[in-house]
Amino acid sequence: MPNIHSSGPPDLSPAHSVPLLPDGRVLLDASQIDRMIRRMAHEILEKNQGVKDLYLIGILKGGGVLAERLVRIVRSIESVDVPFGTVDITLYRDDLSSKSSPPFLKESALPEPVDRKRIVLVDDVLFTGRSVRSALDLLMDLGRPSRVQLAVLIDRGHRELPIRADFVGKNIPTGQDETVQVVLDPGRECVVVTRKD
Amino acid sequence: MDALRTPHLLTVSDLTPGEMEGIFRTADSFLDLSSRTVKKVPSLRGKTVVNLFYEPSTRTRTSFEIAAKRLSADVINITTSQSSVVKGESLLDTVRTIEALGADGVVIRHPASGVPEWISRRVGCHVINAGDGLHEHPTQALLDLFTIQKRKGRLKGLRVAIVGDILHSRVARSNIRAMSLMGISVRLVGPPTLIPKDRGDWNAEVFHDLREGISDCDVVMALRLQLERATANYIPSLKEYAKFYGISPSVLQSARPDVLVLHPGPINRGIEIQDEEGFREHSGILDQVHFGVGIRMAVLYLLMAGGNKGEGNA
Repeated sequence: MPNIHSSGPPDLSPAHSVPLLPDGRVLLDASQIDRMIRRMAHEILEKNQGVKDLYLIGILKGGGVLAERLVRIVRSIESVDVPFGTVDITLYRDDLSSKSSPPFLKESALPEPVDRKRIVLVDDVLFTGRSVRSALDLLMDLGRPSRVQLAVLIDRGHRELPIRADFVGKNIPTGQDETVQVVLDPGRECVVVTRKD
Repeated sequence: MDALRTPHLLTVSDLTPGEMEGIFRTADSFLDLSSRTVKKVPSLRGKTVVNLFYEPSTRTRTSFEIAAKRLSADVINITTSQSSVVKGESLLDTVRTIEALGADGVVIRHPASGVPEWISRRVGCHVINAGDGLHEHPTQALLDLFTIQKRKGRLKGLRVAIVGDILHSRVARSNIRAMSLMGISVRLVGPPTLIPKDRGDWNAEVFHDLREGISDCDVVMALRLQLERATANYIPSLKEYAKFYGISPSVLQSARPDVLVLHPGPINRGIEIQDEEGFREHSGILDQVHFGVGIRMAVLYLLMAGGNKGEGNA
């Protein structure tokens, strides 16, 4: 993994990515995903008029790898390293007390304070909007960003909160009973929709 | 496996090595909290933690209190000298009353071994052992191992000498179990009177000579001489104990050059630990206090942030 920040880049080892290649309806392949991420990177730069104060933060697990890819593309376009970090939103989830046991935490890594930054929150799939709500609350506890935007690879609908993305790779209409899995491991990239049993 | 299976933390034996690593990883995430604008997370909002301490304690009780508050729990401290216990209320009545008041978790310290376990079978809330008699002090062992891991970068393959009053030490008992579980080789160093004769399944070498015992060790853990437990009767004199078993800069020459010195506190200065300034860079004693809050946050969060125990946490 490229070392983007000397003050400790997020560890995006395979443990943080999707463990298995799912079987189901393959909607997007590697080259389609790559083009989508490139377009999103350009859109982020266009909307923010460059890289000034830009700070990409991936929501673990899915958003970490995507944020890293976006940062890499931004670097190839602008020849500048944009800071990027990852956050584990488990502690801010609204469904913790309805689960039987809370999970061990994943390590967040934020190389810089969020104050006065233009934050782009990054996640792989936007669904109910509850993860994004958790991430927003976490961000506000961390400091006072000047602006927060949201970038997602897949928007699958079914929002339960008034949240919308600023940058979307692709809108994919889904049923409530389906799951969308985004695999960004090099060589096996795909977006797969499976029906829950 | 990505969560704890046990609803209570009563002994180190409740945990697998994987669960211990999970606790360390979780504790690590909590350490960042003290550098944030808002030093709280909402995970235990609306839950109540009761600290029930039948023995004096400053750091363990305060550490649990800070940990619970940073998780947004409400905390009630009961020190038995100011409670109905002095009116003769039984232990079980006290705990049942606390539970009826709506506690979700009880952190208990008691002079009798096995009390937390006994209570856990009789109440519906989560029970955390904060030290019971001569039995165990699991969160202390967890924070000791976490400190070692943070300072040394690993646990497996290290050599640790535990020095002093092993016989009366629940800290030692929890640590010996936890260290064996994590692949650390353990030495016990102390006068013959303070090392238990029956060491059961402990996989530990025994030394009576301090310099020999700590030679080539990565970590030296000095234990507190528990003067309130009449430990003085087991040694000829405090002065003699300090001479033969006190950790000082010159004694540490026998250990590895990068040796880490730990002490669970409170320290009898001049007895177990002498001239700490002289080995300041080797001391992990304040780290232990700092990391202890992270460990206790992790334990409280992992046990209590989920649904009620009755809903399948067990």
